[in-house]
Amino acid sequence: MLEALRNFADTYLMWHEGPLIWGSDALILLTVIGIVAVLTYFKKWGWLWREWLTTVDHKKIGIMYMIAALLMLFRGGVDAELMRTQLAFPGNHFLDAEHYNQIFTTHGTIMILFMAMPFIFALFNIVVPLQIGARDVAFPFLNAVSFWLFFFGALLFNISFVFGGSPDAGWVSYPPLSELEFDPGPGENYYLLGIQISGIGSIATGINFLATILKMRAPGMTLMRMPLFTWSVLAASIMIIFAFPALTVALALLLLDRIAGTHFFTMLHGGNPTMFVNLFWIWGHPEVYIVVLPAFGAFSEIVATFSRKRIFGYGSMVSSLMLISIISYFVWVHHFFTMGAGPDVNTFFAIASMAVAIPTGVKVFNWLFTMFQGRIRLSLPMLWAIAFVPCFAIGGATGVMLAVAPADYQYHNSYFLIAHFHQTLIGGVVFGMLAGMYYWWPKMFGFKLDERLGRWAFWFFNAGFYVCFMPQYALGFMGMQRRMYVYPADLGWGPLNLVSTIGAYLMGIGFLFIVAQVVYSIRHGERDLTGDPWDGRTLEWSLPSPVPHYNFAAIPTVTDRDMWWVLKNEGRTEDLQPKSADLKPIHMPKNSGAPFLIGVSFFVAGFGFVFNWWLPAVAGLCGVAACLAWRSFQYDDEYSVPVEEVMATEISLGRL
Amino acid sequence: MDRGKSRLRSFLLTLGAASALFLSGCSPDYIVLNPAGPVAREEMYLMILSTVLILAVVVPVFALLIFIVWRYRDRPGNPAAYRPEWAESRVLELVWWGIPIAIVGVLGFYTAKTTFALTEPPESNVQPLTIQVTSLDWKWLFMYPDKGIATVNYCEIPTGVPVQFELTADAPMNSFWVPQLGGQEYTMPGMAMRLWLQADQPGTYYGHGANFTGEGFAHMSFDVVAKSPSEFAQWVNQIKTSSSGLTLAGYQELKKPGVMGTVSYSSYPPGLFEDTVWVNGGRYFPDMMHMDRQANGGAGAAPGDPNAMCSPPMR
Repeated sequence: MLEALRNFADTYLMWHEGPLIWGSDALILLTVIGIVAVLTYFKKWGWLWREWLTTVDHKKIGIMYMIAALLMLFRGGVDAELMRTQLAFPGNHFLDAEHYNQIFTTHGTIMILFMAMPFIFALFNIVVPLQIGARDVAFPFLNAVSFWLFFFGALLFNISFVFGGSPDAGWVSYPPLSELEFDPGPGENYYLLGIQISGIGSIATGINFLATILKMRAPGMTLMRMPLFTWSVLAASIMIIFAFPALTVALALLLLDRIAGTHFFTMLHGGNPTMFVNLFWIWGHPEVYIVVLPAFGAFSEIVATFSRKRIFGYGSMVSSLMLISIISYFVWVHHFFTMGAGPDVNTFFAIASMAVAIPTGVKVFNWLFTMFQGRIRLSLPMLWAIAFVPCFAIGGATGVMLAVAPADYQYHNSYFLIAHFHQTLIGGVVFGMLAGMYYWWPKMFGFKLDERLGRWAFWFFNAGFYVCFMPQYALGFMGMQRRMYVYPADLGWGPLNLVSTIGAYLMGIGFLFIVAQVVYSIRHGERDLTGDPWDGRTLEWSLPSPVPHYNFAAIPTVTDRDMWWVLKNEGRTEDLQPKSADLKPIHMPKNSGAPFLIGVSFFVAGFGFVFNWWLPAVAGLCGVAACLAWRSFQYDDEYSVPVEEVMATEISLGRL
Repeated sequence: MDRGKSRLRSFLLTLGAASALFLSGCSPDYIVLNPAGPVAREEMYLMILSTVLILAVVVPVFALLIFIVWRYRDRPGNPAAYRPEWAESRVLELVWWGIPIAIVGVLGFYTAKTTFALTEPPESNVQPLTIQVTSLDWKWLFMYPDKGIATVNYCEIPTGVPVQFELTADAPMNSFWVPQLGGQEYTMPGMAMRLWLQADQPGTYYGHGANFTGEGFAHMSFDVVAKSPSEFAQWVNQIKTSSSGLTLAGYQELKKPGVMGTVSYSSYPPGLFEDTVWVNGGRYFPDMMHMDRQANGGAGAAPGDPNAMCSPPMR
């Protein structure tokens, strides 16, 4: 009995690996006990279930996405600090190959799929319905399903660390390395199933927001009157719908190779690994634009607001968004120019990749000329937007250098590439999401985040960024390859690696300042009593902060692009205030526990598939089917908010 | 036309020398910027050209950003113009749609030219040397089909002679990279790919696998030693006389995952490279094998051979 337990602990809990695992186990256990204890002591279980786990309110779903994204930013960031610590000195023995390989795999996967994706979805959810004058998304129930699929997919991926072992084939997970023959552990299955489950949610989100934007706009809001953030979400949603199925297929086939003995991507029996590489990047390249376009959208809102000026070249901004989303489908081969596709193919994809820089460059100039002859306030959101411009300019420029196929033969898989994509993904996506978070935070919670602590965070993170990544361009020229857990002293890579590590620590300190800022501001942050703390331009700023659950007591009629700004200038803000005579009962979707239960069922099924344990796998899938069946016969899924309640709420907010 | 070309060459050469000097200072550690052969040099020209062209956009962006943020910041009594409704200018927009398009045009042209040029041997008057490279877990096997010798984790080449590296993997895919001689190319199971490299001067050039292959990946470095043709011939003779041969059993041993130092073999089983490609999937895509040696490829089964499917991995 004891022997069996020991065996179990060593095989699945990896207790033979020592203190790092024991510590993590203890921490996780303590956190769980702590959360359960707090919820029980304050009798908050019911509240948690009613207000959050079963909610279909887009604003609450958005907040949950954001919290998850920040937690994952922490996890991915810790991974990064561990890697940089290992690489600080030549021949270092802080981590061994096995752990280093796991850590860079989880770092990449988490940052792209479980940090960037939920962060953009957070802003989609919080902002889009408010910007277009809608009361919720087109399919609120499906929206909740998307969130819980993401949540349980991410959870499944993360528990690999303490149960069975993390994936270690890189975030791109190329076969044959990721096939059973070379990677027999459960880690790779965790990777495939965690991403697959959350990926289903992502596709649903794309469909949801496409429908929302096309069908739910307030009267008068034509497409060309839409705020640019909403435009960017439209472009990203279209890309999600077309790109994610390729990933779904690639992951499903690789999973079949691993658990059902098929040979889609194996070395022997007719498998062809390059097909995975193609499928992966047919998703993978559009994916980076999926996460960066919403950041562009956020910058467009922020730059206009904090320059107190209309966005420059609105038409160009819209067409460049759509152009980027189209061209991004014709560039995927630039991730493997050196796989021998031939000079004709490489030339096509090289020039297409350079061409993406054209609309992107146009956007940068339009932001600059939005600021030109404006009045620039350097509040936190604007600071991040301004820092984004030079950072993304360099990142985009090195992207053009990488697109030059013959030169890419020298950059590929080197630290030059690492520096480039961190510069676009951090300088573009992370800066954009943080700027968006600071900008819309008062709308979510009714208070601003502390400016002083935020500036500390900003300067540490920004300075740290350049200290960390500029040396990596040079390391690329010195011939340093990515994914080496150790390097010899005689190649001269030591000093620059040490500098880079110091930069990573500075960025880590910056993140800690953000945490401190959030904690401090919950109590001491400046309260937003007007609903319009930044002197905004678009409809969401006409609402109180936080927004009542039905958003608009009366749906506004839109006559201009910067509707709220125009009304403020003309002294007609009361046009958007509800009038008691106009109030009608409001139709709203009912909360439902099914999305959460679907997520749980998918988690159980996924967990079963990871270890080829068929009982939980089948049970989980049955759970999914049962939830879907239950939902199919649920006809009473809406209710109406009576006029008296709307009136009472609006009066308490001082709007009637 | 030709003069324009040579003028561009000399311009790039000067710029290249200047920036290489700037970047590397006295340090030869920046190996990508210290090319030792025509392929790496050609690639460096393109790096420099692309750097110059992108600076034409990046520098104005930086200057504009600094100027605008300083000039139009919101402070009391700022005399600068404030035009909150000014949001369109056909002329300005034409400028910043036009300039990037022109840059991409120029860069695209040279990219296309070099992309096609690098598929040819860098020197056409000299008989090229072929070296077949197999990446294994976690070591490199080099085979000289014309000389009959093989080496592990190092290879020697004659200077001034174009070398055709034929690349495959008998393990997860890796990438063969010798920065001072030229860019990398993947080694893929079931495929044979070709990479032309050439060294001008004698020297020992650092090489490493560039695509992650698991636990021992970080230790997959190798040296490419360039020698004058006569010294190279001497070396070949020396390997032939003083080393032992690689057998099939020896190859199976070599294939087992592990890290090791350098080894030389006076001989190897003929057609070992072709067989490796064939077994790992080449037989399903005979067209993709790219191998002109297929006909005399030793023991490898012919395409379409009905027995190929069940033939043992090595014969």
